[in-house]
Amino acid sequence: MTTDVTKQEDTMSTATPTRAPHSDVPTGHKPAEGRVGAGLFDPKQLLKSLPDAFRKLDPRVMIKSPVMFVVLVGSVLTTLFSFKDPTDWFGWTISAWLWLTVIFANLAEAVAEGRGKAQADTLRKAKTDTVARRLAGDSEESVPGTELRIGDLVVCEAGDIIPGDGDVVEGVASVDESAITGESAPVIRESGGDRSAVTGGTKVLSDRIVIKITTKPGETFIDRMINLVEGAARQKTPNEIALNILLASLTIVFLLAVATLPPFADYAGTHLTMVVLVALLVCLIPTTIGALLSAIGIAGMDRLVQRNVLAMSGRAVEAAGDVSTLLLDKTGTITLGNRQAAEFVPVEGTTEDEVADAAQLSSLADETPEGRSIVVLAKEKYGLRERVQGELPGAEWIAFTAQTRMSGVDVDGRKVRKGAAGSVIAWVREQGGRVAEDAGTLSDRISEAGGTPLLVAVEDAEGARVLGVIHLKDVVKEGMRERFDELRRMGIKTVMITGDNPLTARAIAEEAGVDDFLAEATPEDKMALIKREQAGGKLVAMTGDGTNDAPALAQADVGVAMNTGTSAAKEAGNMVDLDSNPTKLIEIVEIGKQLLITRGALTTFSIANDVAKYFAIIPALFAAVYPGLDKLNIMGLSSPDSAILSAVIFNALIIVALVPLSLKGVQYRPVSADKLLRRNLTVYGLGGLIAPFIGIKLIDLLISLIPGIG
Amino acid sequence: MGPVLAGVLQLLALIAALALAYRPLGTYMAKVYSADQHWRVEKWIYKGIGANPDTEMRWPAYLRGVLAFSAVGVLFLYLLQRLQGVLPGSLGFSSIDADQAFNTAASFVTNTNWQSYYGEQAMGHVVQVGGLAVQNFVSAAVGMAVAVALVRGFALPHSRLLPHSRLRSSGGTPMSGGTPIRSGELGNFWSDMVRGVTRILLPLAFVAAIVLVACGAIQNFSGIHEVGQFMGGSQQWNGGAVASTEAIKEVGTNGGGIFNANSAHPFENPTPFTNLFEIFLLLVIPFALTRTFGVMVGSVKQGYAILATMATIWLGFTALMMWTEFAHHGPAFEIAGGAMEGKENRFGVGASSIFAVATTLTSTGAVDSFHSSFTGLGGGITMLGMQLGEIAPGGVGSGLYGMLIMAIIAVFIAGLMVGRTPEYLGKKIGTREIKFAACYILITPALVLVLTAAAMALPTPGNSMTNSGAHGFSEILYAYTSASNNNGSAFAGLNADTQWFNSTLGIAMLLGRFLPMVFVLALAGSLAEQKPVPATAGTLRTEKPLFTGLLVGAILIITGLTYFPSLALGPLAEGLAS
Repeated sequence: MTTDVTKQEDTMSTATPTRAPHSDVPTGHKPAEGRVGAGLFDPKQLLKSLPDAFRKLDPRVMIKSPVMFVVLVGSVLTTLFSFKDPTDWFGWTISAWLWLTVIFANLAEAVAEGRGKAQADTLRKAKTDTVARRLAGDSEESVPGTELRIGDLVVCEAGDIIPGDGDVVEGVASVDESAITGESAPVIRESGGDRSAVTGGTKVLSDRIVIKITTKPGETFIDRMINLVEGAARQKTPNEIALNILLASLTIVFLLAVATLPPFADYAGTHLTMVVLVALLVCLIPTTIGALLSAIGIAGMDRLVQRNVLAMSGRAVEAAGDVSTLLLDKTGTITLGNRQAAEFVPVEGTTEDEVADAAQLSSLADETPEGRSIVVLAKEKYGLRERVQGELPGAEWIAFTAQTRMSGVDVDGRKVRKGAAGSVIAWVREQGGRVAEDAGTLSDRISEAGGTPLLVAVEDAEGARVLGVIHLKDVVKEGMRERFDELRRMGIKTVMITGDNPLTARAIAEEAGVDDFLAEATPEDKMALIKREQAGGKLVAMTGDGTNDAPALAQADVGVAMNTGTSAAKEAGNMVDLDSNPTKLIEIVEIGKQLLITRGALTTFSIANDVAKYFAIIPALFAAVYPGLDKLNIMGLSSPDSAILSAVIFNALIIVALVPLSLKGVQYRPVSADKLLRRNLTVYGLGGLIAPFIGIKLIDLLISLIPGIG
Repeated sequence: MGPVLAGVLQLLALIAALALAYRPLGTYMAKVYSADQHWRVEKWIYKGIGANPDTEMRWPAYLRGVLAFSAVGVLFLYLLQRLQGVLPGSLGFSSIDADQAFNTAASFVTNTNWQSYYGEQAMGHVVQVGGLAVQNFVSAAVGMAVAVALVRGFALPHSRLLPHSRLRSSGGTPMSGGTPIRSGELGNFWSDMVRGVTRILLPLAFVAAIVLVACGAIQNFSGIHEVGQFMGGSQQWNGGAVASTEAIKEVGTNGGGIFNANSAHPFENPTPFTNLFEIFLLLVIPFALTRTFGVMVGSVKQGYAILATMATIWLGFTALMMWTEFAHHGPAFEIAGGAMEGKENRFGVGASSIFAVATTLTSTGAVDSFHSSFTGLGGGITMLGMQLGEIAPGGVGSGLYGMLIMAIIAVFIAGLMVGRTPEYLGKKIGTREIKFAACYILITPALVLVLTAAAMALPTPGNSMTNSGAHGFSEILYAYTSASNNNGSAFAGLNADTQWFNSTLGIAMLLGRFLPMVFVLALAGSLAEQKPVPATAGTLRTEKPLFTGLLVGAILIITGLTYFPSLALGPLAEGLAS
């Protein structure tokens, strides 16, 4: 359990303030609930999507799925041959069921797409054509939102719809982003820092901001979202392409097996009609997975969308399933929100009130949640009224930065500083002051307890000295340990990323049960860690929101940017979480895995089905010339026609039967690969072997009841 | 002791012998292919053929080596046969016709050893020893070299990759500018091939030949003897380097004998012991190569998993074969204790069944009994064994790479079910890999089915059948199955010495051997370029029995089912008739 990037045990720090506060954002799914697998499937959707299914019969569309294209060609052929012999009910029935097979496949895809369409419509409503108030020099002009170019400055006031994606360059406003996130609580957007990004289509509720446009019309976030959920931007993922290749080659193999059969049959003394050959072919080629493959992919993306995560590519969803290292930010993911100041501890010779006063004063220029919590504590516990920066004339404010790790103020010849232990000690020494001996022991005590110590120091007439220590506390979220145990069983290593010093980090890491931690993490450290993991062949996932997270987000195989984050972060990541809930990374991994499992399970099922179909069709074709082959009719099917028909009907119906599964995804449990394989192989492999024997027999029983057939 | 018990005991003895040889031979072969030093004799050979044995080859170079060497082999063997009539030491046999010479050249260079000629009536000592026996060694060594190249693709991260971003969305840009240094090197074909001969095949064949001679196999260069028969009349016997040919014929899974009767001939296979010994020889390298594979990829357990897959299929087929051959009905069968037609009295039903399964599950094709005379289902088992791609344990080298391809397919389908993009031995099975594997599995079914269909549809090829009905169809199906899979055994009965069969079977042998090698080497190159992914608890465990079971299932369903309709019209129709 060690990952210390710097060996400076004495350097203490505060949080790297790369994160905007999301303590106000709902934490979303509790660990027990947020399991993937819960998708909705309404049978009515089948009916609604029927017109789309017919539209997809276009051969130019069908060719994208080689397996179903073969079925389409087969349907056309059998129909043509049925016209030659219009009284042959068998030919017509087979043709009808082959057409149904194709339509069922299209239906699966249409249903999957339909769910996204509803979402896209809602989004489109948000994207009503807005009029932008563009700044031209000092004056304003009204232009349609669609005419905005990158770099334009626009003004938005209370009640305005923001005309395009951009960054706030002036002012602060509360913005209603419910059109995109579905979250009704307004969020604050302000110039500078990590909360400057605004999204077109959202609504300004108060105040006035100036926005610099960063995206072209048509390529805005909302446009991309619409494309994504509609599936228009959907490209086949690498694994999907690979699977398609394998399915195509199996199709060719079976095409050969069937196409070469007529000369063999002629020699044996029986003639095989085109209808029978096509029926055999369609039964053998992997139609089940061929029909559902694209629906599975769309549904996988859709499952993410339902959880308010936008994947910019399907590739990223697949990569999520392969992730073996999760970088989790401590704050907000492992611990509740941000650390809060809990107490002020004076060093010998000073009082608590003195420390509180200096701490408050030095934290006024610290906009991080920790800084604010110090001011709050000083007010609530020590009765110190919050001072605003303006009321101290001549004060020189030193804002907190990730590099200095310190904030403070120079006023009336007095310099007050507060910050990471190392930085403050260095500052005190620089000023020629002394560090109280017990400052170190007090800090260590706080660190060992899992807290974070911040030092408060002052330089005045008496010289530079440390006044005391601020105790920042972390609270680990409930249920995280169980969650990490699950991930470990799935073979995923969790690394906690924190700006804390190693001692503090270790205490929290142990409490939360993560595998590893990165203490005193700078963006560069994060980047180095990702590269190190990737060099070992591992895939890394992380979340981030700050501009300084952007390089790491881009480097990670799965980079989830928080919607509250900067546009640089959102651009760098390959997913955006609209809820800005970093815990969701775990669900994203599970959704990725579920997508792959569903594909594998249905492929296995589809191939295993062939055994039974052979046992139905081969005796039906040849038992007349070689009576011995009737011994293969182990299902005891009533007649050759009924056997072939039953196999074809089963083949078509199984597609419809599996549509809900392909949309919902195979249930995923976080267990080891061995257990997963055993379970899925039993259900889909063995099940796929046995199910058609039962299904075909039942259909045959029904068919044989029809007079004149059995 | 009943014949069934005798058969079972022989099988047990065989398993014990193979188990004893497995570790030392497998480890030794891994050392051979990993050694740095060249033997002096090898240096002479490299100098003689003008090859540099030390350059690392990427897959196209390796493939060029394979193809160039084999092309020269075909040409040389063809010319040797065409010139036999003017060469000394040819026992007075005339030159071979063009179509048959092509067929035979293709046959021996592809490790098939299909013989459309009668050995003792067509080929003299020079062709037998200088041409055919040489190919027995080198064609086997080529197969092993290609397998080793594939294993190297899995084994070593030859490539040193700088950190770089691999999976990147359109939105993001790779932040580190590292360009991958990819080597994808697979070793050196010339060194692999030569070492296969000098360090593995020659020593093994030498020892085996001495054992065979000691047990009564002949080894001479005598002329043709006229021998009087007991029942009057006379018979011509000729000698030959029989024991040495027999040794490499089995060790290299070649199968082409000096005599037409092959290993049923007492000069080639004199006693029940030599019979068992020959089965041992033809199985020992293919099985032990799984150990070589395990050692080279750094996990002998992975080798055991592949071994277990091969052994499961092999034992299952052997058990089925013995069951169908012993359990046959009818008074004649019962008196003989099983289906004895076409089988040697010296060996009996049990040993013949073991031999037939071993020879068709490897690419050997030597026979000690006539597969055409097996029961209908028994004949079907020999055909299905070849149709599975001869991977249990398969030909020397070709068995291993064939099985690894199937493992990749199985990993790809089932691996998805653990929720990761599939990987085997730490290498991702992506689009490129699956493309090569998918092409590989297409080739032999395409060759077998299309050529069989052509033969059935055209008017003349059918005239070569000796039998009518399902059995006649089996003769042709068997011929193309045997040739395309590079087995070489025949379903006796078919007259294959026609222009049609000599040409089409020759083409089937060449395409069935070298097209798969193209894809195997391309796959190996693609794998060698990948850096390995470390295994975690979320990784599919391919060394576990569960995976072995899965692999057996995948092989039977994916490869086996392709041939179900044709098997139904041949051996199944016949075997289920009674």
